[in-house]
Amino acid sequence: MATTPKSSGEIERFDVEAVNAQDRRQPLYAPREKIHPKRASGDFRRLKWIIMAVTLTIYYVTPWLRWERGFHAPDQAVLVDVANRRFYFFMIEIWPQEFYYVAGLLMMAGIGLFFVTSSVGRAWCGYTCPQTVWVDLFLVVERFFEGDRNARIRLDGASFSLSKFRKRLFKHVTWLLIAVATGGAWIFYFADAPTLLRELFLGEAALIAYATVAVLTATTYVFGGHMREQVCTYMCPWPRIQGAMQDAHSLVVTYNDWRGEPRRPRNREDRVKDQAVGDCVDCNACVAVCPMGIDIRDGQQLECITCALCIDACDSVMDKIGRERGLISYATLADYTDNMALARSDNGAINPEQARDPAGGRLNPGFKTKGLASALRPRTFVYLGVWSLIGLAMLVVLLNRGTLDLNILHDRNPLYVQLSDGGIRNGYTVKILNKRAGARALRLSVDGLPGAGIWAAGSTDGPSKFLTVDAGADRLATTKIFVRAEPSASTVQRIAFRFIVTDDATGESAEYETWFEGPEGK
Amino acid sequence: MENRETDAATGVETTGHDWDGIKELNNPLPRWWLWTFYATIIWSIGYVIAYPAIPLVTDATKGVLGYTSRGEVAAEMAAVEAARSDKVARIAELSINDIAEDKELYQFAVSAGRSAYKVHCSQCHGSGATGAAGYPNLNDDDWLWAGDLEGIAATIRHGVRFAGDDDSRFAEMPAFGRDQLLGKSEIASIAAYVASFSNIEHDPALAGEGEPLYATNCAACHGAKGEGDRDQGAPNLRDPIWLYGGTLDEIIVQIGAPKHGVMPGWGDRLGEPLVKQLAIYVHSLGGGE
Repeated sequence: MATTPKSSGEIERFDVEAVNAQDRRQPLYAPREKIHPKRASGDFRRLKWIIMAVTLTIYYVTPWLRWERGFHAPDQAVLVDVANRRFYFFMIEIWPQEFYYVAGLLMMAGIGLFFVTSSVGRAWCGYTCPQTVWVDLFLVVERFFEGDRNARIRLDGASFSLSKFRKRLFKHVTWLLIAVATGGAWIFYFADAPTLLRELFLGEAALIAYATVAVLTATTYVFGGHMREQVCTYMCPWPRIQGAMQDAHSLVVTYNDWRGEPRRPRNREDRVKDQAVGDCVDCNACVAVCPMGIDIRDGQQLECITCALCIDACDSVMDKIGRERGLISYATLADYTDNMALARSDNGAINPEQARDPAGGRLNPGFKTKGLASALRPRTFVYLGVWSLIGLAMLVVLLNRGTLDLNILHDRNPLYVQLSDGGIRNGYTVKILNKRAGARALRLSVDGLPGAGIWAAGSTDGPSKFLTVDAGADRLATTKIFVRAEPSASTVQRIAFRFIVTDDATGESAEYETWFEGPEGK
Repeated sequence: MENRETDAATGVETTGHDWDGIKELNNPLPRWWLWTFYATIIWSIGYVIAYPAIPLVTDATKGVLGYTSRGEVAAEMAAVEAARSDKVARIAELSINDIAEDKELYQFAVSAGRSAYKVHCSQCHGSGATGAAGYPNLNDDDWLWAGDLEGIAATIRHGVRFAGDDDSRFAEMPAFGRDQLLGKSEIASIAAYVASFSNIEHDPALAGEGEPLYATNCAACHGAKGEGDRDQGAPNLRDPIWLYGGTLDEIIVQIGAPKHGVMPGWGDRLGEPLVKQLAIYVHSLGGGE
């Protein structure tokens, strides 16, 4: 396909410098240079809008979803109930004893991050990280009140006026409202949302609720409105770890020098005639849209969060000059290196005539762009495999978990008590976990301790074969009990035996092995 | 400054310090750090004025707020006392058996008694109330004086053989050996007879000789069959629980020259509500009647 470069005047050239570019990098103590990202549009920007809408919706709406559980439990679909030590997630209810589910989820999150980063680089940073999403949201507000890049630069430089004050005021007030809503939404995950909302406005909520909202409001406003890219570059540890996650086959946002260089503005009258040039028209659109203030054409760099907005910016320019999209694209270092080798002439410089057939205008068919296929490699399969195994194991455990559990704590002091009739008494704290939605009477008995009798501390019933314990709906029943064993049992120091708790109505049971202590054997 | 040196790599002046060729850049403090530093200076001035700060020879400056850490502890203790005062008042007013009827109050009394026990009782009776030789175990069902709530409370209130309280529980066993009321062989035969109650190893012939001696000298307090008598504080000799040891030799020693433990009366020191709480706690250990 032959392409003809269109007339030169259409390409806007941005007067912009990448403030965080490596060769311009300021000493650590220099004040920050403000970045004014220009609005981008294109496929990746559209994807980011969608992800932003979905993530923000999940964050703000989740606490308001209801899920009927019955009288014993709250009807909030997702709730971290710290006071009652329960975590509710729709049909799943997690007790503190089942914290391993949370540990499993954290492992999955970690390995998932490895998987994503090794496949498509810092996709987490570029698309879903709260810092990125909220900065994006704050930029929308900024653009709405103050205009796009050029207008904002002018406004920054303008002397004080009523109009500037008004724009600034609206912007900051809106930012603060978003920040309050962000902090406010967070606390709804920890209490009944409608009740807490009413209490918040009536001034009846707990101090910790207001403090949490205040702290999160401050962090959202400061991080999203003022610190922005500095959070990613200086505060966040993840950019430092990413190097270990990525390899030569990870897809990262890449400027493809092999077809871009040497870069030349097309709309300059004094451009060198008859000299082959690369695709890059040096319009700086990629720099103007960059929220991190870098020039992607310098190569991979620490600051890049791979938000892909430079891809959008460049693609629209390529469309205008009639060249193939993808001068800036997701590419692997391996492909990039191979393509570079193909584009270099013997003296090491990039030769555009090797990159593009001068007559036909077609890119050298030897160039490789594997795209998402590069994600298919042993490393990512291992990550995905481990991730799936943990998920599967948790699912199996979750689906097979019982509604009854038993924990026993043997008294430590005294270990045993000599009774006047010659018997030995041991004390135990019995914890019965009734994870069912209904209250039930459970039968507690012992097995493996001949002639043993049990009774509840404080009762006058005396030893019997079993004990009935009432367990409330979805509650932990704690009972202090005594076990008396026959004198013969006292001739050995320790006897292993089991407590068994049985629900006679359903036949469900749980058991716990523990010890019966006695005096030193004689 | 004559030896100014600028680091080539960073373009920053060095401090002139040199450790094995490693030099220190003379970078300024970050501004936020500097501001924080100034803020702490301002804060410290206010702090010195408001709080005790500057040490003097025997004392320190008081500070305008009049704060002391002892005062803070006292205020916290007072707040705790105030928070408990309702319950303590009810405990003072109700009889100890009525307290046990009220589940919430009973739980409070057990918990409060547990912590008071650690402070006042654990030195002798042990932190687990298991006692020691001469100090009764409070977990078991063997009581020298009384095992019901009222009885335990009375023992705590007035003590045992406590000279400072006329209502103290009192019992004294004659020193049959030391005071030469009985001969050595007679004591040995009585001990053998006592040992026979609970299958402690002994000479049955000797025990036979001891039986009539026991009936004359011991049965009045300890009962015809060694069952003891709580009214007189005479221990039960038939169970396997021995305050001063349950071997034949230890029994002989106790008949010859009995040891008598003393427990102070706590009523005047701790006050009635705390005595009740302690009694309820001890009763809850498993042997209460």
